[in-house]
Amino acid sequence: MFMMRGGSPEAQGGFPPDVISEGFEDMRKNLLVRSIAAVSGVAMLAALGACGNNEPASGSSNAAGKSASSAEKISGEFQGAGASSQQSAVEAWIASYQAQNPDAKISYNPSGSGAGVSTFLTGATAWAGSDASLSDDEVQQSSKVCASGTAFDVPVYISPIAIVFNLKGVSGKDKHLNLDGETIAKIFDGKITKWNDDAIKQQNPKVDLPDTAITVVHRSDKSGTTKNFLSYVKDVAPDNWSYDLSENWPNEVGQGAKGTDGVINTVSQADGTIGYADASKAGDLGTVAVKVGEKYVPYSAEAAAKVVDASPLDDTAKGDNRVVVKLDHATKADGAYPVVLVSYDVVCPTYKDANTAKFVKSWLTYVISEDGQQVAADNAGSAPMSDTLRAKVTKSIDAIETK
Amino acid sequence: MMSASQEYAQAAGESLMKDAPVIDFDKFQPTRSMIARRKRKDVAMGALISVAFIVALIPLFSVLWTTIANGVKRLNLNFLSYNMSGVIGGQPTASGGYGGIQHAIIGTLEITFGALVISVPIGIMCSVFLIEYSRGGKFAKAIGLLVDVMSGVPSIVAGLFAFSMFTILVGPGTFNGFEGSVALSLLMIPTVVKSSEEMLKIVPNDLREASYALGVTKQRTITKIVLRTALPGIVSGVILAIARVVGETAPLLMTAGYISTTNVNLFSGQMTTLPVYVYQEYSKLKVACPAHASAACVTDIPMQRAWAAALVLIVIVLILNLIGRLVARVFAVKAER
Amino acid sequence: MSSEKSTLDQPVGGKSADKIFKWIAFACGALILVVLAAVFLFLFFRAWPLIGGDQNANRATIESFTGGKAHNFWQYVGPLAFGTVLVAALALLIAFFVSVGIALFISQYAPKGLATALSMIVDLLAAIPSVIYGLWGGIVLVPAIYPFWNWVAKYLGWIPLFKGPAANPARTVATVAVVLAVMILPIITSMARDVYLQTPRLQQEAALALGATKWEMIKLAVLPFGKSGVVSASMLGLGRALGETMAVLMILSPGLHYSFKILQASQNQTIAANIAAQYPEANSLGVSTLIATGLVLFLITFIVNFIARKITQKVSA
Repeated sequence: MFMMRGGSPEAQGGFPPDVISEGFEDMRKNLLVRSIAAVSGVAMLAALGACGNNEPASGSSNAAGKSASSAEKISGEFQGAGASSQQSAVEAWIASYQAQNPDAKISYNPSGSGAGVSTFLTGATAWAGSDASLSDDEVQQSSKVCASGTAFDVPVYISPIAIVFNLKGVSGKDKHLNLDGETIAKIFDGKITKWNDDAIKQQNPKVDLPDTAITVVHRSDKSGTTKNFLSYVKDVAPDNWSYDLSENWPNEVGQGAKGTDGVINTVSQADGTIGYADASKAGDLGTVAVKVGEKYVPYSAEAAAKVVDASPLDDTAKGDNRVVVKLDHATKADGAYPVVLVSYDVVCPTYKDANTAKFVKSWLTYVISEDGQQVAADNAGSAPMSDTLRAKVTKSIDAIETK
Repeated sequence: MMSASQEYAQAAGESLMKDAPVIDFDKFQPTRSMIARRKRKDVAMGALISVAFIVALIPLFSVLWTTIANGVKRLNLNFLSYNMSGVIGGQPTASGGYGGIQHAIIGTLEITFGALVISVPIGIMCSVFLIEYSRGGKFAKAIGLLVDVMSGVPSIVAGLFAFSMFTILVGPGTFNGFEGSVALSLLMIPTVVKSSEEMLKIVPNDLREASYALGVTKQRTITKIVLRTALPGIVSGVILAIARVVGETAPLLMTAGYISTTNVNLFSGQMTTLPVYVYQEYSKLKVACPAHASAACVTDIPMQRAWAAALVLIVIVLILNLIGRLVARVFAVKAER
Repeated sequence: MSSEKSTLDQPVGGKSADKIFKWIAFACGALILVVLAAVFLFLFFRAWPLIGGDQNANRATIESFTGGKAHNFWQYVGPLAFGTVLVAALALLIAFFVSVGIALFISQYAPKGLATALSMIVDLLAAIPSVIYGLWGGIVLVPAIYPFWNWVAKYLGWIPLFKGPAANPARTVATVAVVLAVMILPIITSMARDVYLQTPRLQQEAALALGATKWEMIKLAVLPFGKSGVVSASMLGLGRALGETMAVLMILSPGLHYSFKILQASQNQTIAANIAAQYPEANSLGVSTLIATGLVLFLITFIVNFIARKITQKVSA
């Protein structure tokens, strides 16, 4: 049988020499080289996989070290997914937690609250982060995933939502504009369209307001931040806000932008814009001091913690161990800042895998501990949880059975 | 080209058509003003084309420049050799860096490699079928149309498909690198089929006939002669196809997930890829620095990381492109017909 | 090597291998059909709860997606499909003429060295990932282009398409169309250039010999020759523009209208960007709804490709 071998002189005779003779020998060599390269490449990848992890920085390890509980070290791989609002905090928590439990490998996918809870309800993750508390339906579904009982949610991350604005000559880092709830509602509903509107002027007599048009900037994606902001607006100015509460922006006013990053970018790109975003990202933009009682309160972590303290728990939440904060936006508590995002962790009381249960318990215990909350406050600008709330959450965490 | 020359004649004699009955051949002679008009038009069109060219280059160079200028700030060996585990806010890690993209590079390479393994055999065999077995047949025509349709499948639909398939077949909540590979291979297959098809077409028929004449079976003719002759072209086509999918973001967000540590197992656990990393870091925008932090704490570190990762991504894509073109040029089939 | 030796000894050893190989090739061809059918079926199955499920729950889901603006699936997907086509068509409109211009410049006007360098740059740009175009568009282009749109709205505002006032910041359909045009420009250019370079030399020279100016030569010889190639290139570009997700997501301020006011914000949204924006926070029924919109997008690209193929056949015939 005739063979097409580049090397054999007989073969070359019958074919255009330029196609075959130079081609094949090179090609075979080429293939060989390529396969060697591929193999060594894979080997290199495997080798790289082993190193590359950052050893915990010295500054963070003592923060976690202080909280070193007497509990045994946790090991294994654990996954969480959910709210992207928690991302910065969770990354800091994971880094500090792993400094304490070097054998635990934890990952968090900031895929979003909805996706996070759905994934949790399939049993693929150990916990979910969510900007919204569980719905009754979701609580029921969770009985299939948890070894026994139903899932519960506890607050872990409290962060003020800043109302940011960009107005030439007025805005700037740590500069505030005083607005009450009514005015905020009217601005975001497109009823107040100029910055020198009387309603704004009256509340800011010392500020020279220009005749610039207001451009409202809101989230274009479904978001817990939107829902929390709107529930504030709806609670304090029900007459001026007729829309149903939803995680999507309800009206046609202004511009939408994707994510906190999108809102901040959009606001900073034009004169006369106003939007809302997680306060830690406000940067150089001006922020609104919100009227609470008779005073105007600028955002701060402490002020945000106050409103959470002043708020009751939601007793309509069905299910055991649940700690759902029913934010009292209309609070008159002194120095409280009522525009707040409370984000939860969703966990099971029992897990099919005892090791996972152990991890979840120790993880949550760390997250809500004073150190854990301080790490988040330092790196994500969140408000540390108060002792009263911590006591309630701890009670729920104690319900997790580790056998 | 008949129609074209007719068009020309028409254009040239348009003004004369009105007084057609009396044929005065002198009138066909171009007047001076007419020549001038044509000259002006020529210059104007030339200028217009050059202007179009320059205008188009402004945004394209702006994209490259922005990425390079912002990316080099944070791009160093430390950035390439560490992952994002143990990175707290804007504070430096023990190694002196601010986290890196080692895990994302590995994820990108593995997921793309997975897509390659799926789509290259299928793509090449499909093109063999189209060209060698049923050239011009009815079924081949239908498949050709479907390949065109497939090349228009939006990447997000490919992502949804992989997501739905794994949800139904494997179970809900499945995230792994291979799922991403499946999504990407859906985007790669049509590109591979099309480029291989072109390459097989230009393999001279003499080669096939000579082989058949010597009694070589069709299968051996195809594998040993046709495919080998077309190999360089196919390889460069495949590399260009890789360059196209390596930058996909949306389908990987919903299939491969996102983690901060290095995962080398394609079939289990989530994987981060470079485009997803760029997007996630951009989404973080800023981090807070604690009041007691040292001056080394950088608040806009996520944006810096995003740009640096984007630069690495561009460099990877460009290198792949160059390799593809080099392969095509060096091993180009010289037998032109 | 040893296995090859053994086949060498067999005189007509390839019969069964021949058959198997043919069947594998056939199977791979048929697989394309299967894969496309699978894409359709899997999406359809996941979207089924929307069609066959509890209609009240669907209504609630869609109302939560739109803030109560749309109440059923068709009200929801209609404006999205409109926005998708509008954005892609505008992008193609911008990119088409510029691409043809660049391709002509490279193939006809530029000196050889410059042409090679430019071709390479264009090819490289064709491979820049869309997320980078999104970053660039959102951060660099949006503030930079506002004065231009403002000017357009001021002086061309009488055209309904350019009705002012121009949104500031310019996160509008017009800006997105520009970014998408920049994205698909290299794709169309590189294909058009390849076609133009293949124009028969003789025809070009014949035209010049008859006294045609350079532009007349291009009009007579180059453009007609490249027609079908350029059409199919633009269809490929259109396909990419239709399905582009990240760049639209990161730039456009979305809205649900059948609106042509491309300089105003919050008018239109594309299907792909909408999926990416709503997907993270969607519950399982929400995901079904989004997958159903994905199915619609799939059908749109299917139709566009089908039409493009028909056009190419007609033009080249």
